[in-house]
Amino acid sequence: MFEYFYKYGSPRHFYDLSKLFVPWLGGICVILFIAGLTGGLVLAPPDYQQGESFRIIYVHVPSAWMSLFIYMVMAAAGATGLIWKVKVADALARASAPLGASFTFLALVTGSLWGKPMWGTWWVWDARLTSELILLFLYLGYIALQTAIDDRRTAARAGAILALVGVINIPIIHYSVEWWHTLHQGPTITKLDAPSIHISMLVPLLIMALAFMFYYAAVVLLRARYEILENERNSAWVCELIEQRKG
Amino acid sequence: MSSLQSFLHMGGYAIYVWPAYFLTLIVLILNVILPLKREDRFFRTFADRKKHRGKTP
Repeated sequence: MFEYFYKYGSPRHFYDLSKLFVPWLGGICVILFIAGLTGGLVLAPPDYQQGESFRIIYVHVPSAWMSLFIYMVMAAAGATGLIWKVKVADALARASAPLGASFTFLALVTGSLWGKPMWGTWWVWDARLTSELILLFLYLGYIALQTAIDDRRTAARAGAILALVGVINIPIIHYSVEWWHTLHQGPTITKLDAPSIHISMLVPLLIMALAFMFYYAAVVLLRARYEILENERNSAWVCELIEQRKG
Repeated sequence: MSSLQSFLHMGGYAIYVWPAYFLTLIVLILNVILPLKREDRFFRTFADRKKHRGKTP
């Protein structure tokens, strides 16, 4: 079993595997996007209170979910790298940060675009919005740390510690709408009761969430692949790759 | 109003709905293009450096 783990956990095999997986993940992601957008923009009926503006949900909610999910992946990968010195885990953590920051940014901006017509304001300093903004700063802090420290191993260690400390923010974001009175609505889907959203609106949302998930899987592999090349730039197999590329 | 026009009109919320989708699209595409470009640049600079090293040992 360990043999298996070491083989596929090694940077070289990870590189080869990612080359194999990225096109498939990307293809599935495109199909899901087409299905989700058709369902969300065309087939789903307008909301009885919010009219057509509710359609922002199909980019806002998956972005927000991904912003939390990617942070947890980043922290878990960082911890794996910290404890077991798995290089691939460090590469995954480092590759996740820009994606997490992108989704957090999208969740905030699309939320703002939804808030203006529904709440009458682009922004309020309520618990949900503020804690999500802190998440963006955590991601940006992580990225800044990675660029500021030249030695990639030290950078990975420092980043992992920052990411692990920041995990405290994740339950705060999730429960913020229950713990405090916020302008942001409570959970519609991620709760113990049945989701309080009609099936014709829910299905496109879940498809879009899945599309975002596949997108993340494909792009994080793409990014991690580059991180591994940088890490291993002096190793024999990367030199071979460079030779091959020259043709 | 044609159905396409009413679709683009988004019940009067077009100025909120379409920027949200457009921005998402841009960010998602950039996140694919930038790493690919970076990988390409990595291979090119290294190939050049090796060539250079070959000339002046």
